[in-house]
Amino acid sequence: MRIVAENLSFTYNKKSKFKVDALAGVTLTIEEDSFFGIIGHTGSGKSTFIQHLNGLIPVEKGSLTVGDINLADKSKIVKKRYKELRSKVGMVFQYPEYQLFAETVYEDVAFGFRNFFPDASKEEEKKAVFQTLALMGLGAEYINQSPLDLSGGQKRRVAIAGVLVTKPEILVLDEPVAGLDPVGKNELMKTLRVLLDNGVVKTVIVVSHDMDEVCENCDSVAVFSEGRVVLSGSPKEVFKNSKEMSELRLGVPVTGYLKDELSKMGVEIDVDFTRDDFVEKVVEYYKNIK
Amino acid sequence: MLSEVTFGQYYPSKSFVHRLDPRVKILLLIAYIVMIFTAQNFLGLIASLLFLSLTIIFSGVPIGSVLKSIKAILFLVIFTAILNILFYSPKQGDTHLFWVVYVEGLISAGFLALRLISLVMGSSILTLTTTPVSLTDGIESLLSPLKLVKFPVHDLALIMSIALRSIPTLANETERIINAQKARGADFDSGNIIKKAKALVPVLIPLLISAFRRGDELGDAMDARCYSGSKVRTKYKKLTLSVRDLIAFLVTVVAFAGVILLNIYELNVLAYFAKIWG
Repeated sequence: MRIVAENLSFTYNKKSKFKVDALAGVTLTIEEDSFFGIIGHTGSGKSTFIQHLNGLIPVEKGSLTVGDINLADKSKIVKKRYKELRSKVGMVFQYPEYQLFAETVYEDVAFGFRNFFPDASKEEEKKAVFQTLALMGLGAEYINQSPLDLSGGQKRRVAIAGVLVTKPEILVLDEPVAGLDPVGKNELMKTLRVLLDNGVVKTVIVVSHDMDEVCENCDSVAVFSEGRVVLSGSPKEVFKNSKEMSELRLGVPVTGYLKDELSKMGVEIDVDFTRDDFVEKVVEYYKNIK
Repeated sequence: MLSEVTFGQYYPSKSFVHRLDPRVKILLLIAYIVMIFTAQNFLGLIASLLFLSLTIIFSGVPIGSVLKSIKAILFLVIFTAILNILFYSPKQGDTHLFWVVYVEGLISAGFLALRLISLVMGSSILTLTTTPVSLTDGIESLLSPLKLVKFPVHDLALIMSIALRSIPTLANETERIINAQKARGADFDSGNIIKKAKALVPVLIPLLISAFRRGDELGDAMDARCYSGSKVRTKYKKLTLSVRDLIAFLVTVVAFAGVILLNIYELNVLAYFAKIWG
C-alpha cells in the first residue's frame, strides 16, 4: 500500500485563541516495501501526520490516500472502511507499554486479534499470538506472565506484538526506541528491519529523534519542520545537508560530524553515513594514501 | 477532544476582575449568593443581575463562555421550575389558569429559575477569572484560622491543587490510551450498554496504573526536594490586598444595600415607576 499525501493541513483548537497549525501543507509519498523514517523537532507535526494515516485524525484540508482508500472523501462508504484501514495500518504510539491492560501477556496480545478477526478459532488465535511474540523476540515462557512484571524493553515488545498480531500491512511507530538503552534501541530497530525483510509487514514507518538509528535502518527519510516536509530522500541525501539539519536543531548522525571534521582536514570521502560504510571508506582512503 | 472538558474553564486575561485577590473574590461570591437569596422580589433580583453584568463586563470574559456554564444545569432549572408550577399551593385571590397551574405559580417558578441561573453564572465568573492554583491559595488562606484547632489546612489545599492540576494531564492520557486501543481495533461506540462498559476496561486499567505511577513519581519528587508542609514554608506568590479589592468590596456593599432597600421599599419604587410612565 502506497501512502500519498498532498498539501495536507490540520489545525488544533480551530475556533479558539489556542489554535495551533500542526500541519501546514504536507506533501509526501511513502512507497511500499520501504523502511521510512520521519524526523523532526517536537511540535513539527510528525505525530499529527501519522495519526492521519489510520483515520484517528480526520483529513481537514488537502488529500491523503492510503492504498486505495481516499481519506479526504467524507462519504459514508469510506467511513465504513475505517475498521479495514485500521487493520491495514498498525499504529504503535509513544510509550506503547502504557496501553497494556490484560492479566497475562497472552490476553493482551490476543486483544487486537480478537477485535479484527472475531470469527477466528481458538487455534488460529493461539498460533497468531505465539508467532507474533516470537517475531518480537519473546519466547513462550512469557505468555502467562503479567505484562506489568516484565522489564521496560520487554513490555514495549509485548505492546508492539499487540499491534502486529492484527496483521497490518503498514506498521507505524511513534518514537519506538525512546527511553531504551543503546543496545535495546539497536535490537528493536533490527527486529523491525527483519519484519520488513521477511515480508511480515510491507512498510515500516518510524518517527524518531535518533539520527543514528534512522540513518542505520531507514531507506528513506522525511524531515518535518513547522508542519511541512523540508527535506526528504535517502538518508545519504538528507544527512549530507549537515548545515540545514543543524539549523533545524536536529543534527546529523555521528558519522556526519566525523565526515565534516575530516573534510576540514582536507580528507573528502563519499559515505552513506552508516557506520559500516564509514569505517570501510576510511580504511580504503588510508590504504590508498599508503 | 477530551482535554477541552477540563474542570475550571479558566479564561486567560488581565482584566480588573482577574487581578482581584482570590480571597476577596471568594468572599464577594459568597456575599453575592447571600444577596440573591436576600432578594425577595423581581426588583431585587434585577438589581443583583445588574451587579452581575457589571462584573462580567469588567472581567473581559465573552458572554458566551459565561452562558455555557448554564448549559450544564439547564435540566435542573427546568425540572425545579416545573415542580414549582405543579406543586404550587394557591392562596386566596390567586388567578387560576388551568388544571393546577396558577399565574402566581408561574411567577414563583420564573423567580426561582432566575435565581438559580444568576447563582451559577456568578460562580462561573469566579472559576473563569481565577486559575485553580490561586483559587486553592485563596481557600487555604481563608481557612487558615482552622489551623488553631489542628485542622490540616495546608495539606488539604495541596491535595486540592494537585487534584486540579492532574485533571488535564489525565484527560490527555485518556485520549492517548483511547487512540492506542482504537488502533488495536477496540470499538467504543457500538453494542449495548454492557458491551460499551466492557469496552472501557482496556482504557480504565492503563489509566489507573498510570495515575498510580504518576502519584508515586510525584511523591518521590517531593521527597527528593525535602518537601514538608511545615509552618516555616514561605509562599512564591504572596496574596496582597490592593485598592482594586477595596473598590470591588465597596461596589458589592452598595449592590447589597440596594437589594435590601428594594426589599423594603418595593411598593414605593413600583408606585414611582407607575407615576413616571403614567
